[in-house]
Amino acid sequence: MPTISRDEVAHLARLARLAVSEQELDLFAGQLDVILTSVARVNEVTAADIPPTSHAVELTNVFREDMPRSGLTQQQALSGAFAAEEGRFRVPRILDES
Amino acid sequence: MTVGTVKLMDYDGVLERFEPVLGLEVHVELSTATKMFCGCANIFGAEPNTHVCPTCLGLPGSLPVLNGAAVESAMRIGLALNCSIAPWCRFDRKNYYYPDIPKNFQTSQYDEPIAVNGSLDVRLEDGSTFTVAIERAHMEEDTGKSLHVGGATGRIHGASHSLLDYNRAGVPLIEIVTKPIVGTGDRAPEIARAYVTALRDLLRALGVSDVRMDQGSLRCDANVSLMPRGSSTFGTRTETKNVNSLRSVERAVRHEMCRQAAVLVSGSEIVQETRHFDEATGTTSPGRRKETSEDYRYFPEPDLVPIAPADEWVARLRATLPELPWQRRARVQAEWGLSDLELRDLVNAGALDLIAATVDAGTPPAEARSWWVAYLSQQANSRGVELAELAITPEQVARVVALVGEGALTTTLARQVVDGILAGEGEPDDVVAARGLAVVSDDSALTAAVEQALAAQPDIAEKIRGGKVAAAGAIVGAVMKATKGQADAARVRELVLARCAP
Amino acid sequence: MTARLTRLPATDLAGLIHTREITAVEVTRAHLDQIAAVDPAVHAFLHLDAEGALAAAAAVDERLQRGDPPASPLAGVPLALKDVFTTADMPTTCGSRILEGWRPPYDATVTRTLREAGVVILGKTNMDEFAMGSSTENSAYGPTRNPWDLDRVPGGSGGGSAAAVAAFEAPLAIGTDTGGSIRLPSAVTGTVGVKPTYGGVSRYGLVAFSSSLDQGGPVARTVLDAALLHEVIGGYDPLDSTSIDAPVPPVVQAARAGASGDLTGVRVGVVSQFGGEGYQRGVLRAFELAVSRLRELGAQIVEVSCPSFDHALPAYYLIAPSECSSNLARFDGMRYGLRVGDDGSRSAEEVMSLTRAVGFGPEVKRRIMLGTYALSAGYYDAYYGQAQKVRTLIVRDFAAAFERVDVLVSPTTPTTAFRLGERVDDPLSMYMSDLCTIPANLAGNAALSVPAGLSDEDGLPVGLQVMAPALADDRAYRVAAAYEAARDAADGGPLAHRVPDLTEDRLPSPSMDTEDRLPSPSIAEVVGL
Repeated sequence: MPTISRDEVAHLARLARLAVSEQELDLFAGQLDVILTSVARVNEVTAADIPPTSHAVELTNVFREDMPRSGLTQQQALSGAFAAEEGRFRVPRILDES
Repeated sequence: MTVGTVKLMDYDGVLERFEPVLGLEVHVELSTATKMFCGCANIFGAEPNTHVCPTCLGLPGSLPVLNGAAVESAMRIGLALNCSIAPWCRFDRKNYYYPDIPKNFQTSQYDEPIAVNGSLDVRLEDGSTFTVAIERAHMEEDTGKSLHVGGATGRIHGASHSLLDYNRAGVPLIEIVTKPIVGTGDRAPEIARAYVTALRDLLRALGVSDVRMDQGSLRCDANVSLMPRGSSTFGTRTETKNVNSLRSVERAVRHEMCRQAAVLVSGSEIVQETRHFDEATGTTSPGRRKETSEDYRYFPEPDLVPIAPADEWVARLRATLPELPWQRRARVQAEWGLSDLELRDLVNAGALDLIAATVDAGTPPAEARSWWVAYLSQQANSRGVELAELAITPEQVARVVALVGEGALTTTLARQVVDGILAGEGEPDDVVAARGLAVVSDDSALTAAVEQALAAQPDIAEKIRGGKVAAAGAIVGAVMKATKGQADAARVRELVLARCAP
Repeated sequence: MTARLTRLPATDLAGLIHTREITAVEVTRAHLDQIAAVDPAVHAFLHLDAEGALAAAAAVDERLQRGDPPASPLAGVPLALKDVFTTADMPTTCGSRILEGWRPPYDATVTRTLREAGVVILGKTNMDEFAMGSSTENSAYGPTRNPWDLDRVPGGSGGGSAAAVAAFEAPLAIGTDTGGSIRLPSAVTGTVGVKPTYGGVSRYGLVAFSSSLDQGGPVARTVLDAALLHEVIGGYDPLDSTSIDAPVPPVVQAARAGASGDLTGVRVGVVSQFGGEGYQRGVLRAFELAVSRLRELGAQIVEVSCPSFDHALPAYYLIAPSECSSNLARFDGMRYGLRVGDDGSRSAEEVMSLTRAVGFGPEVKRRIMLGTYALSAGYYDAYYGQAQKVRTLIVRDFAAAFERVDVLVSPTTPTTAFRLGERVDDPLSMYMSDLCTIPANLAGNAALSVPAGLSDEDGLPVGLQVMAPALADDRAYRVAAAYEAARDAADGGPLAHRVPDLTEDRLPSPSMDTEDRLPSPSIAEVVGL
């Protein structure tokens, strides 16, 4: 069924925040096409009245009491950060998307 | 970003040609003790990254567990808005990358919200009622907060880097979305404001949020579009964000109507986009361009299980609904014997619910009314805010009135206490103590002040001794001035007369 | 002494430690020595914590010396932990460059439970990056080799845990199984590996690959050892919403009962879909022999058809990548882990893309893009949505099957261990390894792999998979324990003891150099786009 183009791979990579090299674009386009063609077999199953299953074990209404629980200290929270300032995570400038 | 000169059409001109269509999305931060999916405290204004844990920081391996109290708040909001509560619903993941969402997806309800199809009756200034249809109320989580460094005035544009605090990440949010609001005509801005006001009053009555627009616990996004008169096809809409006060809701809608009309009449098209409201100028400017198919790749959140509220649970929550604002209005009108006109004035001034709450806190209705429509209204006017936005609660007003009743404060002192509360100095009793405002009823202190005043004005003292009791007023005034109004005037007068007794 | 100790099952080690015939410290030392001797060749471990392990062992000894009872039946026994569970005192990398050196500020529930049980954690084991793979060749830190033949893969993704147990570096290990990542490595390394019922073992602190499928579980050399470890790590955890609030199935009791060797009245279904084309002859012969042994033990053997299992593999390769594309979004270099290209000029978005390009290997990128595609507007219904419906059919097939039989059996994987490098550039053939293990993940029920002898054509281990209904994990243990006892009796000893002695000077063959694989692009390459 699918034939996935380099452009589509580039679009997916952008959506998934993956910088891809030219070489990778070709490689992934070929591999994704093979994989997608194979997994498209799920459409052989007639789906009319079959409900989807999202959870392996059916549970409902699992809640937590609204009771505060101690978390991490600021130092622990920032312990893995590449850069921190004023008790905050320092990140590169954010493009205006909001 | 270039900000060109924005042409606006005059408001009457807009309405001659177009019919506005509104859609309001209100985000409410719940005032639960903990966050939506973890046990971190839900507190505003703490040191950065001190109310965080692996879950709300999105650390690898962490998992969410839903806050039952947040679900109950969502259901109560839904019930108060006359919504149906879904017998089965769940959370999805909304996938997009942004540094303020730690997992790079937001856990949010999507096509299966907890509450659907409700309505809210909104009272307008002329006393009429407009019914706003509610599409849905759903649960989601808030984002962290970014501090933009290096740009002008902390704006994102031109910043060199940003600093992130995730204390707010994961705070429970309820998003309440209206159905398209049509048929408003020239009252569109007023209805938008009245809707948000009514919603805020309702949420406050439910006790589920502190609904502070200034702190972001109540946020409104206003969708506005225009369709030519006589048409029934909606125009392209814009979504205005950053509308942080009730007044701004009204101004933003009005501005967008005038701006869009000018664009349309000039032959251009409206760009579907997010716009940013500027409080200072009262105008909107473009933010992110909304692509027609923003691909959030929603799918059911596998780490949470579905919610299936049993009928008994819903019934139990329905029974916990407090007296809602409109019910309260009807009741107090009867109890206080208000005419329709008086009631409307109080409602329009935004005072009714505040007065009622003050009465509930123990103040006689007449005094409660007097405080809110007189002194506090003046204070709100001089600050340019709504009465309800004043930093004083009905309970605090009631306490001040009670202190006057006990003789601990004079009316003059009471106003100073109120000033202190408005200035953020704490509870009434704290202000009294800190400012030293208690009525001076200590006779020895007062006697000394009286003797000083008499000594300073011997001629008047003579007159009083001579039987001219009316002259005592001048001495009382001098004592009051000397004690900075803290003396009990009646007691001072008694002391003056006693001292000058023939 | 060392050699003898490391060959003992956990049950025996615990017995000796608890009766104070040997100390936990001695046992830990013996295993650390074995690791020093064989791990340069096997490369099962990414991180060793000798100091921490000896301290934990000493604490167990002290407690016993005081006369206190052991904290659990496995107190003092060493264990190898898959590097996908967070540990506050050791790095947690998930076999990925993007988490190189990351020290989590918290312990996973499984980690905490093991510590509380007095189990001695030796270190963290190698794995395919973020558990995506069937050979452990996708680790950013180099592959693990199969102790049975160092030129071959140990299966994946938990090749490190299985190889550590097979090479006597640890008597016990923890793995995670999303599509077979415990059972497949166990099958090809001659060990016992169990995927408990989904929700049976807490996922809190298990770095997610595919949340609705991931399940932690035990790896051991005997069924009873696996059962003991299962009971230690199993049970309800309020920090995991999908955790089952019910007692752990009585797996130890079942393993003990099974060892008596009687399966009279037990109905065993042979899944007719698993066999034939694509299956190695020696694997099928070993499987048939195993089935006939079960029959000899009194089991009633019936053939059961589960037609939807034919669609399990494609459904899995849609669901797992979809969930992974979302689960792995958080690795963006903003809060922890690698950050690439932050030179002051680039935006957060650019730095995220560069970080992920350099930090993730090719298989992870493939699956992220596959999942991104499957969840996209316009493709969702045909891919992700349809896969969720196949999942429903698989659940129904299992339900129908378990009305007729108590357990289902199949080969664990169609072939024995393949050679390193053999399938690296052919993702589809790699995915075929999970053919038989995936249905149990999609349906959430319990399944295990128990050694079923060696394939007669290459002398490599074959696994027998036993699948049981959800929350009936004990049934699989009972059948596996009975089979294990019969096979050991017939073979004159445990299969695990037939692994070549790696302490002899046997160096890994240089036939496969990891540098041959397509490496992640360098910063220069991706920046120069």
